[in-house]
Amino acid sequence: MGSSDVAVRFEDVSKTYDGVSLVVDQLSLDIREGEFLTLLGPSGSGKTTCLMMLAGFEVPTSGDIHLRGQSLRTVSPYERNIGMVFQNYALFPHMTVAENLAFPLEARGIARSEVGQRIEKSLDMVKLGGLGDRRPMQLSGGQQQRVAVARALVYEPTLVLMDEPLGALDKQLREQMQLELRHLHESIGVTIIYVTHDQGEALTMSDRIAVFNDGKIRQIAPPEDLYEKPENAFVAEFIGENNRFSGTVRYINGALCKVEVDGGATIDALPINIGEIGSRTSVSLRPEAVLVNPADDRVENRFSAEIKERIYHGDHIRLRVEVFGNDDFIVKVPRSHTPGSLEVGQTCTIGWRSAECRALDVPTIQQTTTN
Amino acid sequence: MTAVDQTYPHHGSEGRVALADQLRRAERSRKIRAFGLTVPLILFLLITFAIPIAQVLFQGVKNGEMTQIMPGLTEELETWDGQGMPPERVVESFVRDVAAASENQTLARVAKRLNFSISGYRSLLLKTARRLPSPDQSDLLQALVEIDTRWSERRYWTAMKQASPRFTLEYLLTTVDRQFDADGEIVRKPPETSLYLTVLMRTLWISMSVTLICVIIGYPMAYLLATLPAKYSNILLLLLLLPFWTSLLVRTTAWLVLLQNQGVVNDAGIWLGLWEEPLQLIRNRLGVYIAMVHILLPFMVLPIYSVMKGISPFHLKAAASLGARPVRSFLKVYAPQTIAGVGAGSLLVFIITLGFYITPALVGGPGDQMLSYFIAFSANSTVNWGLAAALSLMLMLCVGVFFAFYSRLVGVRSLGTGS
Repeated sequence: MGSSDVAVRFEDVSKTYDGVSLVVDQLSLDIREGEFLTLLGPSGSGKTTCLMMLAGFEVPTSGDIHLRGQSLRTVSPYERNIGMVFQNYALFPHMTVAENLAFPLEARGIARSEVGQRIEKSLDMVKLGGLGDRRPMQLSGGQQQRVAVARALVYEPTLVLMDEPLGALDKQLREQMQLELRHLHESIGVTIIYVTHDQGEALTMSDRIAVFNDGKIRQIAPPEDLYEKPENAFVAEFIGENNRFSGTVRYINGALCKVEVDGGATIDALPINIGEIGSRTSVSLRPEAVLVNPADDRVENRFSAEIKERIYHGDHIRLRVEVFGNDDFIVKVPRSHTPGSLEVGQTCTIGWRSAECRALDVPTIQQTTTN
Repeated sequence: MTAVDQTYPHHGSEGRVALADQLRRAERSRKIRAFGLTVPLILFLLITFAIPIAQVLFQGVKNGEMTQIMPGLTEELETWDGQGMPPERVVESFVRDVAAASENQTLARVAKRLNFSISGYRSLLLKTARRLPSPDQSDLLQALVEIDTRWSERRYWTAMKQASPRFTLEYLLTTVDRQFDADGEIVRKPPETSLYLTVLMRTLWISMSVTLICVIIGYPMAYLLATLPAKYSNILLLLLLLPFWTSLLVRTTAWLVLLQNQGVVNDAGIWLGLWEEPLQLIRNRLGVYIAMVHILLPFMVLPIYSVMKGISPFHLKAAASLGARPVRSFLKVYAPQTIAGVGAGSLLVFIITLGFYITPALVGGPGDQMLSYFIAFSANSTVNWGLAAALSLMLMLCVGVFFAFYSRLVGVRSLGTGS
């Protein structure tokens, strides 16, 4: 990545509020020009603090942030030319929609005639044409959200920050707005940094996702890589559903390793993030990678399992099975591939390919997934 | 027809009318119940507040003395057109009624009432009563003039005529330094008896000044309270409310102790060498402002504080991120949202100040007394209930005007912001 492509650079940024614990811990991060980057993590992981430091509402305790090569250390928030969409929109209730949109333009001393044109264009862009005379309180949540987006874009900022902007909307509207934001980003190409704790939202919209935990980025990767190739136990647990086996590494052979699972069996896995032979590991396996009564020869790992619970989900069936002593092992069976009868109490064969198993680090503290 | 339609047959046009009826009936009983809950309050207000006040204010236009004590004269005066000197029959019934009144020992009341219209009337009437001629004597008027030449002045007779109707505007006119002349025209009072217009203006001026000073001091204070972390703002709020723990009189007296010539402030200032001679801090307008602002500040701070508490801190952040410098953010984003609070606080302070009595009476000089002082003076010292009531009515009118002004100015705007 050439330095000219970098919109934002975090350089060893740390932040502490109380002088004891670090909210952001020696963070370094490059954000590309035109990128849609999502900062994802549980609450208190430091993602919002990063955004606030970038916007200028918080000051880094150490390190520096650069915007297009310029250090932001001495730049006031109102001089940064960064657009921001807040969680509760922060629309000014005493102004009409048009006045809200005119506010940043007037602050920049843009000519009155041009202000009108730009407002109209922006409102059309978010499909709110003709609603300029309304007050924010007269609009629905989704409309207010669009106004907030339009206001953050109307002055063509260098960068747009979004702090959980869809958090207050209901599920259906949220999904619709995710697509609209995605399309908006594609059509105008502005750099967007998006903060959320909703992994689904992050996967849907982002070019890259930075997963935060305890003030550190645990993995930064495009959505596919993040889901399919988690590099550590935290990311594997946080993104999507995950079956985890704790065990001991017994054998490493380049691209493959053997892990003796605590229940007794030995499984093959990809050695992604493990120590030497004899060290502890946590093996991650996605529920949809597990097959029931597999016919395919390439499925190397086959085990007998007892069905403990069967939950119907419409498009798929979730089975909770017991396999080598682990009784919360989840298998997702697509509706179209239901292999015979799957009743509670039955015993069946489950199997998976070794390439789907990733031997990762042992999480230091038991992390609970938020979703 | 589906099962749903069968269960709810009022989907037809007839059914819809029935439904609307049902709704109305349900709503009506709910409304009656809601109103029922307010009945005790309404009765309480009516009995302890509205009726007594209405009665007192009624005194401001009531004119009972003449009709009651001198019924004969009142009747005769009604037939007199007030031009020239009164005819013989008026003078005759005057003499008869004065005689009867002094016998009943009710003449003093009439004398007092007429004295409000023309000062000196009281002694004139009592003097006349002592040497009253017989009513049967001829040329009674001449006989009266011999007792006192003032009886030859027409205005002493028209004053009685003007005091005769059941209702009078005389007290109300007095509050704006106007009076009826002998012809019944409304004219300005002579400057030496003019007083209340100046007092009214002074009252409004002091109220406005106190309100303005309270806004200037209270606004930043409210901002501090609204933006500090709770543990500090709670302490400050307690300090702000602390004065309410002591009575108004104690607080005012405390200022007397602080500000007098040998008071704490002057002694400290001289000891520190800030000034040589004791400054006049009390018994003047300065003292009134200091004490009243101190007493009324909480009434300004609290409404502003509560409005500021409701403003999202994200608004200022949003304004900054949109490129507005702090001054612009404040003027365009923050201040407009606090107008309702400033308006409510100002109205509260202004209205309370209008009726202030103890504080200016204690810390002010003779030129700093407000309308309430004169109401009390009329009621207690000169026992002129009519004037006291008229002045009260004037005060209430001022409050009403400013309240209407406020609701037009702020009420409409705060509706517009949806808050």
